[in-house]
Formats: sequence, structure tokens, C-alpha cells
Amino acid sequence: MKCNRLVDVGRRQFLRGGVLGVAGAAAATVMPSGAAQAQSQARAMLDYPSNKLANIADLVVNEPIDIGYPDADSPGILLKLGTSVEGGAGPDGDIVAYSVLCPHKGYAMSYHAADKTLNCPGHFSRFDCEKGGQQIWGHATQNLPQFTLRVDDAGDIYAEGADELIYGRLSNVLEG
Amino acid sequence: MAYKRNIDRLPIIPADAKEHNVTCHYCIVGCGYKAYTWPLKKQGTTDSNWMGQDLSVQQGVDTEAWYAPSMYNVVKQEGQDVHLVIKPDVNCEVNAGLGSVRGARMAENRRSEITGTQQQRLTEPMVWRYGTWQPTSWDDALDLVARVTARVIDKDDEDDLYVSMFDHGGSAGGYENTWGTGKLYFGSMKVRNCRIHNRPAYNSEVHSTRDMGVDELNYAYDDYQNTDTILLVGTNPMECQTNLFLNHMVKGMQNGARVIVVDPRRTVTVDSCEQVAGAENVLHLAIATGSDLALFNTLFTYIADQGWVDADFIANSTFQGDVAVNEDAAHPAALGSFEAARDACKMSLAEGAAVTGLSEAQIVQAAEWIAKPKDDGSRRKCVTGYEKGIIWGNDNYRVIGALVNIGLATGNIGREGGGVCRLGGHQEGYFRPSDAHVGRPAPYIDQLLISGGGKVHHIWANDHYKTTLNAAEFKRVYNRRSNMVKEAMDARAGATREELVDAIVGAINAGGIFSVCVDIIQSQIGQAAHVILPAVESGEMNLTSMNGERRLRLVEKYMDAPGSAQPDCIIAARLANHMERVLREEGRTEYADQFTGYDWETEEDAFMDGYNSAHPEVTYERLRTAGNNGVQEPVTGFENGQLVGTKRLYEDGVFTRHGRDDGKALFCMGSWRGLQAPGKTQQQANHRFLINNGRANLNWQNWFLDQKNDFVMDRFPVPFIQIHPDDMADLGLSAGDMVEVFNDVGATQALVYPEPTARRNETFMIFGAPNGTQGNVINAGTNELMLPNYKQTWANIRKISDATPAAARVSYKSWEVEL
Repeated sequence: MKCNRLVDVGRRQFLRGGVLGVAGAAAATVMPSGAAQAQSQARAMLDYPSNKLANIADLVVNEPIDIGYPDADSPGILLKLGTSVEGGAGPDGDIVAYSVLCPHKGYAMSYHAADKTLNCPGHFSRFDCEKGGQQIWGHATQNLPQFTLRVDDAGDIYAEGADELIYGRLSNVLEG
Repeated sequence: MAYKRNIDRLPIIPADAKEHNVTCHYCIVGCGYKAYTWPLKKQGTTDSNWMGQDLSVQQGVDTEAWYAPSMYNVVKQEGQDVHLVIKPDVNCEVNAGLGSVRGARMAENRRSEITGTQQQRLTEPMVWRYGTWQPTSWDDALDLVARVTARVIDKDDEDDLYVSMFDHGGSAGGYENTWGTGKLYFGSMKVRNCRIHNRPAYNSEVHSTRDMGVDELNYAYDDYQNTDTILLVGTNPMECQTNLFLNHMVKGMQNGARVIVVDPRRTVTVDSCEQVAGAENVLHLAIATGSDLALFNTLFTYIADQGWVDADFIANSTFQGDVAVNEDAAHPAALGSFEAARDACKMSLAEGAAVTGLSEAQIVQAAEWIAKPKDDGSRRKCVTGYEKGIIWGNDNYRVIGALVNIGLATGNIGREGGGVCRLGGHQEGYFRPSDAHVGRPAPYIDQLLISGGGKVHHIWANDHYKTTLNAAEFKRVYNRRSNMVKEAMDARAGATREELVDAIVGAINAGGIFSVCVDIIQSQIGQAAHVILPAVESGEMNLTSMNGERRLRLVEKYMDAPGSAQPDCIIAARLANHMERVLREEGRTEYADQFTGYDWETEEDAFMDGYNSAHPEVTYERLRTAGNNGVQEPVTGFENGQLVGTKRLYEDGVFTRHGRDDGKALFCMGSWRGLQAPGKTQQQANHRFLINNGRANLNWQNWFLDQKNDFVMDRFPVPFIQIHPDDMADLGLSAGDMVEVFNDVGATQALVYPEPTARRNETFMIFGAPNGTQGNVINAGTNELMLPNYKQTWANIRKISDATPAAARVSYKSWEVEL
């Protein structure tokens, strides 16, 4: 039995680097730059932290980098696909970032490089990183939250928003 | 880009929100949900909420303290706008907090004037007037229905009234509504020309198991957790009964059960079983399509020859003798004793292998997993689930009988870890007067309609246009016949009611048909209707149903009906009231008297008049108390404030479903006879591709709500057909291309989805889609008892278009998880 099948993640929030690490697809974990903290009453869809995730030079095609966005407790990946996709950022239009918490029951998903999908060990849902996180097959009732990316002149990549509700929080930007 | 809701926060359920018991509308598993409602101008907070938990922090996996945007809406409750959240119930034994991709969209699939969801729901009665449908009052619409209907029927002469009526539970079915329509058509009337929602006659889908004494829903779901072997035949539970699979079958595999899957194609279920149990504990028997009977008869023969049978069970609980029921027009096989069945069904390993395409070793391995005693001599437990793969497949009666034979021979019915059960489609919820007058074989209604039968047609939540066989011809004829009446009505615009009824009857007598549609949406057959009546679903009314382990629950009403829509039972009652009034006006007093007894004001009145009359211990109040775990039928009493149910049937070894006084189960004596239904062999010979067909995970049945759900339609804007990539190359096809599937009976369309695990020349097309009716290419051939044969269909395929713009955007990657 493969080591990441039916991972028992228990009540922990998520496995940063754990699931992705055993899948052999993860590079270094990059924490948010910490510059931006959520406001207590953010405006819907607007007030997201602008967090630097990485520089383009850090990216290797088809090797995702672990990220946390909008804060460290919301795990995701930053990924250079190698081919331009609708919604892709950067000069090649191929950089994307997604939440990796399955929107069905919140299990941490692993990246399968061979077909560029995120796969859930809990109940076997899977999502297409080349199609805006569309659920290919599964139990979630939404497609995968994708993070809005901005790339500045220096090649720094910032996350600045999300297009679906992230599993485990009733406000993407946590409200205290 | 994939469809996104761009919702990044949701209102928080306050601590004092109203909580309602909800069983999922959709499949037979009947997952428990809770509906929460609260006033629009009120909200919980991160520190004061329904969970009493701190919601300012990220919640963990499987949390109860989260809900998706699809679980939220704003609806009317007693005339006021309220927030609505419908989320899975962690305390329900059926699903333990799991939601399916269908049920977890229930809230989003409610009609809302605020959020704009499901604006397709019917809100007002409509009649054909001035060349289109016009809204009108209930009394006006029902008066027209009653007057026209009364013109074509009379006491003991009701054969010109055709009725298509659902018999299921859940959704808009259930005990209240089957009783309402049942009392009207089988009580006040004795309508013979009728059919059920998904098939062209009024018949059982599982006649043989009932004739053998074995009800088709005889186990408890936790039998899957306490067994040695799970045998799945013609069923795909990961997609079609999702949380039965995830919450019970998976646990069974984790407890050590092995799985046998009999299916011509590799389904998601096969892959999921391999993920959970390991491939070495999963045996996929990819038989030649339609050869199930040969497989089961071979297994039965081999198991019996090895002596791996339960001799005591056979001696004590099954018929002793030779033949108990002869083969005749109502019984496509004789029924009798174990030994008689051994003689009739005898099939060697070599014969079985030749017909099924399996190896003898595979058949032996299956037999060992099903029945070989364990090393310590103890008997092996085996639970069997089956569904449309054989119900709507070759030789329905004999195949199901042959499968039940194996369960009986091995003593696997009425015991923990056993059971031979259909997995089901909808929930059940059937309570009606006897249907014995319909007869057996039942009239083949759709073919009778095609050949000019029927003058008035009452349709209760059936959509023949999307979900019948021989659908292309049916639509052509029905459009023509219903248009004759529309033209007659148009020609008499401005006429009095009496003149209009005369005009309608004139058109009917010239070959037309007057069509009345009761539904929650404007269906495709509703395009032909002359009167359209809006109905409601569970949650918009109180509704009782039972699931696939006979678990009876009450869905509590949590919102108002759309517009003036009403429960089907109340619509039936008001139609009966109008029939009585019209007949009295016409001086037909004796007949009018048959339409009394419908003074119901609520669905609970219908429940008490029907179900409660036979089960006096069961009331709404007691079912509310029983909550989402309900009680498993049959209910045997009420003790200590709780309804007492029955965990599994036949634990006493007494079999009753056939009505025999001796309580002995019968074996089925059905030998293999090839493709049984008319036209199948010829169709196979003349067409390249098998067009296997069925359901998929994402959408529910005929997509009636999902056709207006953006999340669903974004994924599959056109129905898909899965084809092997090499076959695609042969035909010059790319993923997403639109193809025409055509054969001797019709044509339909689908988008191409590459499926590397498909066998060459064997495709799979999704059933029931609104924009590609799979039934167009299903021929009219049925078994002797009018059960359709969808699965054995052959056709040719050609490209008709590049991918539509919507289809070009979606993913065509494999459905199999990669961990």
C-alpha cells in the first residue's frame, strides 16, 4: 500500500510538507512574507493580504512549492505548469496557485506530476491544475479555490485573493 | 477556467437557529442532513454560533463547523426570507457526516427569489391558451382536467385514461404522495394503463426475487462492515450510492473483506476498492456484456458441486420438492427446489468461461471468495449488491433469480454479513391500494401510446422524453398526437369551457392525446402538455420515505413551496374533488361516489389516511423523535417512547415476499439463453460499438435540477461518452468532440471523453441528460415482463462537430485517483 493512501491526518489542521513531501513533488516550504495580516473586518473579495510567495527564479516546472495563503493555516501550492493556461500568471502565463485542502472534507491533497492533478487521499476526489482547479471527479461541491497571483517587475510572485471558499473557514480571511 | 462562485465568506449559523431533520432528496442511501434556518437580519459570530466553537481559526478535517457555499441559500419560510444551510449530519448512522456531490448541493438547488437559484421551478398552474401556456388558478386548471378526463372514462371503463406516475420515495415521492396518486388511480379508479417513472410499464424491477420469497431490500447497511466478501454486480456504488460505499463498504474492506465486482467496464468503484483493499483483494470480473446469467449459473453449479452450500438452511428454509411455480407468461422461469434449480441451471466452468469471456480460474476464484469455507471450517459470509447493470440488462428475471440462488444456497440471506439486495436508485416510499388489476405482464404503455392508445394522459413526475427507451419514436408520435389537441384548442380560442372541452374531445377521438403534467419543473415531455401543475419536493413539504436498508424517516418541512405549488398528494386530492363535482354535475352519481374521501388539507392528513392506516404505531410525531436515524421497517411496535424496527429481514429463516403460506424460499430455474430481448442480437451484429450506459457521480438521475446548476453544467455541458483512445484515433476524434451515436432506432449526441481503461469497441454514455437523450438509441425490446434492456445496445459513432465552446474548456483527465 502506498504511504500516502488514506492518510490519517487526524484532527491536525494540515500536513505542511508532509503529504507533498512523500509524494516527492515538494520543494522548499515558503512561508508568507508576513508583511500583510488580515484585517478584522475585511471587505468581501477585496481585502486580502498581498503575500509574497516566491520569485519566478525559485520555480521549477511541474514541481510545486508549498505555500500558506491567506495565512499560514491555509496550505496551498504554487506551481509553474510549463504551458500557458487560462488564468495563469507570469510571463509564460503558466504560474498557478491553489488551496490543497479538499473542499469535500478538508484532507490535504497530494500533487501528481504526471498529469498535473491534485488528489485527495480521503475519498479519492481529484482536481485539474491546468483547468482552474476543476474537479475532474469527486465529492466536493465546488472546484478548487485558486489564488489570484500578481508578478512584479522583479519576478516576485504575490498572492492577492481567492475565488472559492477555503475548506474549514467561513471567511477566507479569518475574522477575529 | 472552471466555474467559481467567488463567494469567500458565508453567514454564520446563530446559536438559536431552527434545526430540521432532512434526509437527502436524492439516492436510495438517504444520507442524514440538518437544515438550519434563521432570520435574514441575524447572524452568528465567530465566538457565538450554533457549534459553540471558535470559528476565527482554521477548522480541521471532517469538521462539523464548516459548510460550503453549495450548502447555503436564502429562502422563504412562512412568508419571511430566511437563511438556509443544509449540511451533512455527523450523527446519522447512514453517512456519519459525509455529504455527496449531489446531496451537499441541496440548499443551492432550492428555488430562491433572492439568490436566483432554480428559477426553472414551476410556481403556478398553467393551461394551454392562445397558443402557449398561460398561468391560471388551481380551480380553473383542475376543472379542465376533470372535465376532459370525465369525458373519456366511466365506471368500470377507464382504459382510455393513461397514467404515468412515480412510485419512489425521497425527492417529490414518498409515502404521502404515492398514496395520494395511488388512492386516486387504484382506489377511486382501477386504472390499468399506467407506468412508473423510469420504465414503460407498471411492474416490479425485481419480480423474480420477490417470487422466490426474498424482498430485494433485506439487509442492514452495516452488513457490509461485518462480512468476508462483498459481491457487487452491475452496480457502481462509489458513484451511485456514494456514502453507502464510503461509510460502510470501505469500513468492511478495512475490516478485511474482499470485493468481487462484476461489470463489463472498469468503474471508479473498482479503482476505489483497489485503493482501499489493495488490488490483491479485489476481483474485477469484466464479463462480456449481458453474460451475467451464464456467470451466476456457472458459479451456482460449481459452488453446489463443491458442497460449499448451507445444507441446513436449504433444508429448513427453502422449498423441498421439484417445481413449485411453472414457467408461464407471468414467470419467465420456473421456480422450485435447490436440486431442481441445480438441474435447470447446470453450466460447466468451460461453458461459463466461453460465454462470459472470463478464464475458468477467475470463476473458481470468485466461487472461493463467495462460498469456500474458511480454513477452520466456518462458513464464509458474503453480502451481494446489484442494480441496473442487471435490472436493465439481459434477461432480468432469470439473472436476478440466479444471483439470489447463490445467496440462498450459501445461507447468506437473513444473516449478519449477508443479504442479496438491490442497491437502488431513489429511496422507496410506496403505499398504494393493490395493483393486481394491472395484470402481469403489465401493459407496455409507451408502445401502446406510440400505436395510438390512450386519450387522456396524466403524468406525475415522469419525463419519457429524457428517460424512456425507443425515445426518438416516442417523441415523434407524442408530439404529433398532443399537437392535434393544441391545434384544436387554438382553433377554439374564445370559446366557452363546454365548447373547448368538445373541441379537445374531438381531437382526441381523431387520434390526439390530452396531456396533463404534474411536476416540479417544466419537463421535456411537459413541452407537449396542455395543463401543467406545479408540485413540491421534500423540505417544501413534510415527507416520509425509506432508504436501501428500509430506514424510515421524516423530512421536516423547512421552507415554503415555490409560488402556489403543492404536494402531489394534495394535488391528487383536489383532482379527486373536482372529478367528484363534475361527475355529480353530469348526474353520474354512482361513479362520483367513488371519488370521496379526499378531505385532506395537509400531507400529514394523507399520511394518516394511507400509511398510518396499516401501521398505526407510526406517526409524524414519533418520526420526528426518531430523527435522522429513524427506524428500520417493518416497524413492529412502540416501546419506551421509541419505534421498534427490524434490522434485517428473514433472521427467522421464514421467507414471505411471495406470499406462500409455507414460508419457504424458492430457487429460480432459469437456464442461459443468450441475448433474450428482441432485436438485440441483430443490433449487435450490425453495429460496431457497445453503447453501455448509466449514471455518474456528479448529477442526479435525469438532471432535473442539475440542468440548471452551474457547477454541474460547467463540468459536463453535454453528456459524455467514454471511448478508448485507439477507437478515437480510428474515428479521427479528439477529446471533447461532439459525436452522433446512431443505430437502427435513432440517434443522439455526446461529447467524447477518452477512457484508456475502456475495452476496444465498448463505450459508456451517461443516461438521462437533457441535451443528449441516451434512450434515443435504445430499441423497444424488453423482457417478457416489460423490463427495458438499456445495457445491451449497439450503435455506430461519427463526428458531427468540434467541441462546443463550453466543452472545449473542461478537463478530460482520468477519473482514477493518483496517490
